[in-house]
Amino acid sequence: MDDLIAAIRIKGMRDGLLVSLPGGAWDEQSAALLAQIDSQQGFFRGARLALDVGSQVLKVNEMVELRDVLSERNVSLWAVISESPVTEQTAQLLGLATRVSKPRPEEQQSLDAGPIAEDTALYLNRTIRSGTRIEFPGTVVVLGDVNPGAELVVQGSAIVWGRLRGAVHAGSTGDVEAVVCALEIAPMRLQIADQALETAAIDHEEGPTMVRIRDGGIKVEAWQSAGAGQA
Amino acid sequence: MTAQVITLSSGKGGVGKTTAVANIAVALAADGAKVVCIDGDIGLRNLDVVLGLENRIVYDIVDVIEGRCKLRQAMIRDKHLAGLHLIPAAQTRDKTAVSPSDMVRICNELRPEHDYILIDSPAGIERGFRNAIAAADRVFVVTNPEVSAVRDADRVIGILEAEEKRGPALIINRLNAALVRQNDMLSAEDVLDLLGIPLIGIVPEDQTVIVSSNHGTPVAQDPRSRAGQAFRNIAKRVRGEEVPFMGADKQGGLWDRLQKMRGRR
Repeated sequence: MDDLIAAIRIKGMRDGLLVSLPGGAWDEQSAALLAQIDSQQGFFRGARLALDVGSQVLKVNEMVELRDVLSERNVSLWAVISESPVTEQTAQLLGLATRVSKPRPEEQQSLDAGPIAEDTALYLNRTIRSGTRIEFPGTVVVLGDVNPGAELVVQGSAIVWGRLRGAVHAGSTGDVEAVVCALEIAPMRLQIADQALETAAIDHEEGPTMVRIRDGGIKVEAWQSAGAGQA
Repeated sequence: MTAQVITLSSGKGGVGKTTAVANIAVALAADGAKVVCIDGDIGLRNLDVVLGLENRIVYDIVDVIEGRCKLRQAMIRDKHLAGLHLIPAAQTRDKTAVSPSDMVRICNELRPEHDYILIDSPAGIERGFRNAIAAADRVFVVTNPEVSAVRDADRVIGILEAEEKRGPALIINRLNAALVRQNDMLSAEDVLDLLGIPLIGIVPEDQTVIVSSNHGTPVAQDPRSRAGQAFRNIAKRVRGEEVPFMGADKQGGLWDRLQKMRGRR
């Protein structure tokens, strides 16, 4: 069993994980796959899985069962790749994809990117909604709102081209130069480095606003291009 | 004919998902569409009560999934509308009795012979919710003009975006115009502002909704009810008609705002 688990190969792709099974009896293979997933729940949770079963012939009920047990583990099976036409047909019958673009080497490398350069920012072109937590070891730029119940925890600055109403911690590892900017600001919580802003102090600031540490205190001011240059 | 699958969801409980499913289904069926409602709240079923069909249940969705009956046997026909059927939830089981792929399979079996399949999602964002959205072509997020309901709706929309479910639409239920005027309730505009998704209906607070739910006759069948009218309007929008939002004239600016919201995204 341990040998089988070790023989399962997992690759990261742009649209999910590609898992290749070693071949052998289906019962043992699926058990090994599940054991692998259960042993690394954090890694697999919410993953999109493409399964390469080689020449294995899978019956409809076997595939359905696998999809169900995977979905119980919060893993969605979206593709089954096989050399067997029977298995391919079965997969198509269940609405699963049977082709995936193989990962190109350069894409795989980007998965373990090195330390993040100072001028690198994470760009998020969407509204960050309640229940979402974004952690990033640099600056984050949000093109959209940060809604109540959402959290940004960034080591650099947080720039929100939208309304900031959630919780933000900029300079989370102690960078007092970090700033928080938003077009409209009414946060649930706002902290820069180790200084928390008394959110009651900002009474729904209209217009572009910048929050930063100046003279040892956290200050709320109008966000103007002239002053922003120093940040 | 291939049915559109619409799931109604909310995150928070008690905002009126079940009532909305029943009323939209009734309004669609009254217009001649063939509609099936599926109660996705396994273990806490109540869509049958709201539709007045609880006495007719013989089989439920778990019986279908576990092979004790044919799908057709679990479909209960409405008392008044020939085109409306209900697939009830099981009362004695829980959410784990159904998997997302079961829902997809059942909906695919129903699609060829119907126009609309409406799924009533349970509250929460766990298994039952995942089941309910698995087969959905569209999701309507139901919310009340209250901070807690809007917060949960926001969370649900976030999950739908992550699941890549195409453009969810919003139903604001139980809006009390008098309270909004006194600034004691969030306005439709406030809610839209925060959630940033297109609106498909605003339903005014209306006591007749509770009375008719208890009687098992959804208000959409009552031509005098304001809430009933709002649900009938939603049904029309589902069918692709352009219907102005009720009270849009009185609350100046809302209409413009709605148009803007549509353009966004």
